[in-house]
Amino acid sequence: MKTSMTSDAFAALARNGFSRRNFLKTSGALIVGFSIADRQVNAQGPGGAGGPSPGSPPINQLDSWIAIAADGSVTAYSGKEELGQGISTAQAQLVAEELSVPFARVKLIYCDTAMTPDQAYTSGSQSHPANFNHGNLAQAGATAREALLKMASQQLGVPVDQLTAAGGAISAKGDPSKRVTYGQLIGGKKFNLTLDPKAKRKPPSEWTVLGTPEQRPDIPEIVTGQFEFVHNVRVPGMLHGRVVRPPAPGATVMSVDESSVAGMPGLVKVVVKKNFVGVVAEKPWQAIQAAEKLKVSWSSGSGLANPADFYEQVRNQKPTRDVLLADSKDLEQKLGQAAAVVKATYLHPYQAHGSMGSSCAVADVQGDKATIWSPTQGVWYQRSTAAMVLGLKPENVRVIFRRGSGCYGLNAADTVTYDAALLSQAAGKPVRVQLTRKDELTSENYGNAFLMDERAGLDAQGNIVAWDHEAWSPTLGNRPGPGTPGNVITGSLVGFQPEPFTPRSPAPEPRGFNNNSNGIPSYAAALVDGVPKGAGTVRSARVLVHNIPSPFFTGPLRSPARFQNTFAHESFMDELAAHAKADPVDYRLRHLSSERVIDVLKAAAKAAKWEARPSPQSGMRKTGLATGRGVACVAYEGDNGYTGIVTEVEVDQDSGRIAVKRVFVAIDAGPISNPDGLKNQAEGGALQGMSRALLEEVTWDDQKVTSIDWRTYRTLPLGFPVPKVECVLLNRPEEEATGAGETSITVIAAAIGNAVFDATGARLRQIPFTPERVKAALNARA
Amino acid sequence: MSVMTLKVNGRTHTVDVDPATPLLYVLSDDLELRGPKFGCGLGQCGACTVILKGAAVRSCVTPVKTAVGSEITTLEGLGTAQKPHPLQQAFIDEQAAQCGFCVNGVILTAKAFLDKHPKATEEEIQQALSGVLCRCFTHVRMYQAIQKYAKEVAR
Repeated sequence: MKTSMTSDAFAALARNGFSRRNFLKTSGALIVGFSIADRQVNAQGPGGAGGPSPGSPPINQLDSWIAIAADGSVTAYSGKEELGQGISTAQAQLVAEELSVPFARVKLIYCDTAMTPDQAYTSGSQSHPANFNHGNLAQAGATAREALLKMASQQLGVPVDQLTAAGGAISAKGDPSKRVTYGQLIGGKKFNLTLDPKAKRKPPSEWTVLGTPEQRPDIPEIVTGQFEFVHNVRVPGMLHGRVVRPPAPGATVMSVDESSVAGMPGLVKVVVKKNFVGVVAEKPWQAIQAAEKLKVSWSSGSGLANPADFYEQVRNQKPTRDVLLADSKDLEQKLGQAAAVVKATYLHPYQAHGSMGSSCAVADVQGDKATIWSPTQGVWYQRSTAAMVLGLKPENVRVIFRRGSGCYGLNAADTVTYDAALLSQAAGKPVRVQLTRKDELTSENYGNAFLMDERAGLDAQGNIVAWDHEAWSPTLGNRPGPGTPGNVITGSLVGFQPEPFTPRSPAPEPRGFNNNSNGIPSYAAALVDGVPKGAGTVRSARVLVHNIPSPFFTGPLRSPARFQNTFAHESFMDELAAHAKADPVDYRLRHLSSERVIDVLKAAAKAAKWEARPSPQSGMRKTGLATGRGVACVAYEGDNGYTGIVTEVEVDQDSGRIAVKRVFVAIDAGPISNPDGLKNQAEGGALQGMSRALLEEVTWDDQKVTSIDWRTYRTLPLGFPVPKVECVLLNRPEEEATGAGETSITVIAAAIGNAVFDATGARLRQIPFTPERVKAALNARA
Repeated sequence: MSVMTLKVNGRTHTVDVDPATPLLYVLSDDLELRGPKFGCGLGQCGACTVILKGAAVRSCVTPVKTAVGSEITTLEGLGTAQKPHPLQQAFIDEQAAQCGFCVNGVILTAKAFLDKHPKATEEEIQQALSGVLCRCFTHVRMYQAIQKYAKEVAR
């Protein structure tokens, strides 16, 4: 990618009135027209919701995705943004590959409602499948290449099959004097073409840019302090805001005493709108001091469930909204006939996204127009909901993505964007807001707590004949979708409701195959009309999920619900293997039918030099240090990425501390787009999942959240004994591109728990595996 | 408010601010530097780290008045994207970043520590980074980069 024009230089142009239209005109690239989007085409790809928003560049038009300037430089437009996961580099590689231009000649612009197509959210491991298969950006690249070849054929008088494209030019095979550059063919002009579904992608066997470990162009700027995060966006005349959040969920504003801050230096305004309270000042430190000093009288909160028996309350709370994912109808019968029935319950707490930098946004609301710089994962939804919050027309709001601190899902990015917009509207000036650490950790949308019951029937040989999974999970809010700014706290504070909770029990019959966040175990056959859709062999299964209202806002946290469900399934699979006195890898292989899961499982075991034997290991000691190994694997969302993992742990049986020594991860995400980027995600996912498994937990008392900083919300720091992480990347050039960033994180918690069992014979069924819980499990051993 | 002179990355700057203002805000807002970042405001994560009198300090809890007269080095002061410092180059070589928000604290903490302890062991380096967070958990690569640089320093 070009770095000659940085993102902030581009923003500066935009601030000075250079729209994409002007920018392209002046830089010699083509002019892109805007019209109401073709709502028939789904830009998100698998898992996407509906069509693009009104105002989105039409996603079936080539000019919405790719522009070529007179100098031959290529600008690509994407609705999938860079959050630190490396997807922008891979997308630029994709465009460079399809167009046969050097990587450095491609500039990628992503997620700006004035310029880029609406591809819904950058989330759910959907970017790789959406843009690297047979639609969207990939198909735009293929369509452009074929169009350029046709143009060159006409111009050079050489048939297309006698032409070759390289280095941004097309020449006749065997006669390099017959040559024309892309700049000469199209530079500065529109293609005026619809994406051609028949345009051929370049086969992976011919790749020279895609599939190679291209370095990320943003890293030199990051490591030298030149990169512009949203935190660094500066707008002329910009003020600084600070919000004052309710001290407890459900607390409402009784009164605000503005005289408590009267005369404070730099204070511009106190803003109160229903239960939203904030201050605006000239400088950040002044805003911080004013927010701390401002006297707000709050009602008491609605009160919180006693944390001591929280999970029992979750199990018993009524009414529920029930979802039946699978039901073979013969479960109880098969369980009744089984030689043995095994049961276990697994618990997962609320966890925070806990972004390293608290969330930040800058908004400039002037009259009936607004420009917003936001780290949101969905600029178009942010646009339509910010318009609701501000009372503006969506077409008068422009949302420009700027990278925030890594979010791992729905952190406070969207809510702080509303904060900045509200304060800017009230002040009539551009306002930057960055949350406090406490606000980030107490008013984000937490990853869901889960209670999961597992039950399985085994035959006389220990084979699984029936599997029952029943889960309970509290929810409130979600990503701000179209029309739901109340899904995050700021929207609710100004009066919007979160998406409604509608009780429903019993659940309707399942329709088709619905893996729904790894709810269905990888070992289930999941028959639909007699056809197996699952990755396994177990034909009798039922999967039932109960949602209940949550006292805290909840939302997707990296591998949402999949992390939780897979922790239960893969720990339970280990319990079943132990019951059958079988080796945990062999036992899994006995119950898998998907070649891709089998291959990642075998690859991880091979890398770890796995020794086949049942767990726990024989001759283990009951005191002091014990070592063991554990395994887990998954078909992520059924068919969106495959991973196997082995961990080796050391357990201090006196203190209850777990040290993970080595991790072996095998991943299959289809054709590998950037091996180093995939490896970075695999390594980071494994260690982040380890932190979640060992330490992370939202805590509260009878009124308020008590995990409010890095001492009370615990995470593994950089300075802990980092395990060796070895990655095996399985390239599948013949398959579709799948998700990649949520693979290793999904399986590691179970692999650690299984390794602890192997080492000690103690089973861990509650996340996080704190030393106290490990000690309790050790003491509960026979 | 009072007028103060700061020496940052070899240059002198005059600012007129409340002397109690944490140094971070002066650097990131008055001087518009992008290296030091607000992560927690509590000195718990390292995102705001700068090198002051040769030591890595948390600028979010350091009043600006205590930095007057001392040489302050931020991430920008080590090198540029075009001419990075060897430790920055090691991070580029190892592709040791994901979102990149923590990198400021990681590099400056490691740099200040290795300046004083050029022969530090892996365990000692790890100990020096015990108060620094990376929530993307890019640990494997960051240690590879730091070890690579540490070997150059020890030579």
